[in-house]
Amino acid sequence: MKLDLTPEQAFFAGTTREFLADKAPTSLLRELRDDPAGFGREFWRQGADLGWTSLLVAEADGGGSVSGQGLCDLALVAFEFGRHAAPGPLTAANVVTAAVARSGTAEQKAELLPGLMSGARIGSWAYAEPRPFQRLGAVGLRARRAGGQYLLTGDKAPVEAAGQADLFLVTALLAAEGNEDGGTGGDRATSGGDGTGRGDRSGGTSGGDGTGRGDRSGGLLQFLVPADTPGVTVRPMRTLDITRRYGHVTFADAAVPDSAVLGEPGGAAAGDVERQLQIALVIQLAEMAGTMDRGLELTTEWLFNRYSFGRPLASYQALKHRFADMRAWLEAASAMADAAAQHVQEESGRAGEYVSAGKSFLGSCALEVLQECVQFHGGIGVTFEHDLHLYLRRATVDSQLYGTVADHRERLTAILEAADG
Amino acid sequence: MAEDLDSFRQRLRGWLKENMPPADPRPAPYHQLSDPEELAQVAHHRELQRMLYDAGFAGIIFPKEYGGAGLTAAHQEVLNEEIVGYQYPTRIQVPTFSPCAAVIYEFGTEEQKRTHLPKILRGEEIWMQFLSEPGGGSDVAGAQTTAVRDGDEWVLNGSKIWTTGAWWADWGLCLARTNWDVPKHRGLSVFMLRIHQPGIDVHRIEMLNGSKEFCQEFLTDLRIPDTDRIGEVDGGWTVGTRWMYHEKSLGISHYFIRPAGSMRGVNPWAPTPLVVARQAGRLADPAGRQLVGEAHALKLAGQEGSLRISRGIAARRLGDQAAGMSRILTGLINTRLATINLELAGAAAVAWDEDDQTLGEMGVEFLMRQVRQISGGTIEMSRNAVSERLLGMPREARRDNDVAFREVPRSAPSR
Repeated sequence: MKLDLTPEQAFFAGTTREFLADKAPTSLLRELRDDPAGFGREFWRQGADLGWTSLLVAEADGGGSVSGQGLCDLALVAFEFGRHAAPGPLTAANVVTAAVARSGTAEQKAELLPGLMSGARIGSWAYAEPRPFQRLGAVGLRARRAGGQYLLTGDKAPVEAAGQADLFLVTALLAAEGNEDGGTGGDRATSGGDGTGRGDRSGGTSGGDGTGRGDRSGGLLQFLVPADTPGVTVRPMRTLDITRRYGHVTFADAAVPDSAVLGEPGGAAAGDVERQLQIALVIQLAEMAGTMDRGLELTTEWLFNRYSFGRPLASYQALKHRFADMRAWLEAASAMADAAAQHVQEESGRAGEYVSAGKSFLGSCALEVLQECVQFHGGIGVTFEHDLHLYLRRATVDSQLYGTVADHRERLTAILEAADG
Repeated sequence: MAEDLDSFRQRLRGWLKENMPPADPRPAPYHQLSDPEELAQVAHHRELQRMLYDAGFAGIIFPKEYGGAGLTAAHQEVLNEEIVGYQYPTRIQVPTFSPCAAVIYEFGTEEQKRTHLPKILRGEEIWMQFLSEPGGGSDVAGAQTTAVRDGDEWVLNGSKIWTTGAWWADWGLCLARTNWDVPKHRGLSVFMLRIHQPGIDVHRIEMLNGSKEFCQEFLTDLRIPDTDRIGEVDGGWTVGTRWMYHEKSLGISHYFIRPAGSMRGVNPWAPTPLVVARQAGRLADPAGRQLVGEAHALKLAGQEGSLRISRGIAARRLGDQAAGMSRILTGLINTRLATINLELAGAAAVAWDEDDQTLGEMGVEFLMRQVRQISGGTIEMSRNAVSERLLGMPREARRDNDVAFREVPRSAPSR
């Protein structure tokens, strides 16, 4: 959580905090474990009223931020989401809304933004793909020109809230004219690889498999695809999080018109994808910082209240020292989450570097700190009845999606090499 | 009204460009300098400090009446940004400006401040800490060096250790016991002393990497005037508490120059992991690339974390003891970075051809790794401070409170 909030930001974050404490207590999260959606539409609409879905949209398009820095405001919401292990497709919704607001035509914005921002419609980014395209940035899904429209073929997974989404933002690879291949048999392209966010390169250096095989595609292209489009099927996946759901979306010659294309193909689309990835990572980092914050809060209480051998646990130096380290790591984690949000907000030249450094760091640090919290709790820390696992689940899910720690460490090295000339 | 930051930046930028020599892209590590080279470097740094002083850029946050610039922490951060790429007097930052000058500024008499602070800011006095003793490392309040009053003078006997560069420095800030018959923290006093005078023998200690910058001093019937005492007689721990605070806060202090993008505890001359990986041929190897990325992410996390902590303390949102968290972060991160460099360098870190000296140094640096968690007060002391004083956890049991220091069990002198 940022240290220097404006009064408006503090009020805004407080409103979300109170709302989540009231509407998403941990007792309710446990009840939602078997709910196919993991969140209620009414809950989501109310959250939208609080601003969760419109911070990345300009006022002219019906959105608006609290501080003039919408992504920093959104990071405050994400931090509270982490602290409450809250339900609701926060990342999915905001990435799609921001993408439409950034690159959509006037018609697309008019048609889609009101519903997305009100929470009536749910959008989700279909970006990640199953093996063999599981590494960050690998895209196997093909878009082929046929009969004046595009045919999409391929698989996307995991896709957040796929079962509840009304609309998918699909990142695809444009099959070159006359290339009837259309399959997923070995061509691959990468996106979001250079981390500069300038969108001047369509193939990155990391995230692919490094085989350097020739790319016979015409570059990246993104589509806005209604979930009920013929040829689109959603298979629910089993997921680690207690309320956040993911699905496997299959596109089998799903036909979409030209008006479904978002933005421009090639370099511009790669820039859009990088921007979307950065936004998703900023939300993830703030959420992970929130899980750590809550985990340490629970553990502090436990250390003071739990007695053994006639002493509170907080009196044992073996535990005090480890806890001091954890507390210090939390400061670094919060600082990195904030710094990443600020760089992406400002679209600075170091935005790609900071999100990847943030993910490299928090992706391992948050998990280690939360597992230490479990260790301090002993047996109760690995039960379903205790709350700790709710935060550990959320942090673990965040750590593995939108690029693993290893993916981002390699991406960071590519960025350093590029900067080094 | 302080000069606004933008105009300060422009003025400073112009002056640096005109006057300051560019930084050596690959300066020799301190421990590889011969003694004459080291003395020449110290003399050069005194000149650099004098240049900064003459231009009004020395002691940014020290008041003008003591020779400082009378500006703010924000101005120091601007200087830290603009100085990148230029030489600056690295030998006269820590511990001269902090903790020493900071302590003199906070506790010195008007006369002491007017005598020493301008000379420090002009590069004429380089100060060192006469703090640790061979009989005890982290427990600095357990000092056994003794000062006995004799009229207007004090007579000091004992030994101090881990004094950086005492063989070429000018003055020392010395914590000594002035009363053995009261509890430990109530019998200490702080003195200023000239290092090179009869009664002080300076011995140099060779570290395992060949460095001889650390010294041990033997004080034998050393006489110093009472006017060189700082703070009250037997009230030295009031001074000492702030002294320790400044030492723990070096990663976030605004009393001295810390070029932006650098992290306290990281050797400024050390090659980055990217450079090590490239020279070691590890950049085509995913495992090597992941180590480089891990290192860079950790470095940024240490910087951003320390910045957040320092701003939190400055804005009074965090207590002073939060500085210990910065010390923990840099200690843990810097040791990991040393290990990463060893792993990247691999076999060449332990057996290297002459032209692979860079990689060979990674092995030596690894042997010195724990210094990052030892120097400036061990990381365990910070862990105690954070858990007990910041978080309010119960304090460790101790055997040295409420009993005359004379009665407290002590270790036998180790050297």
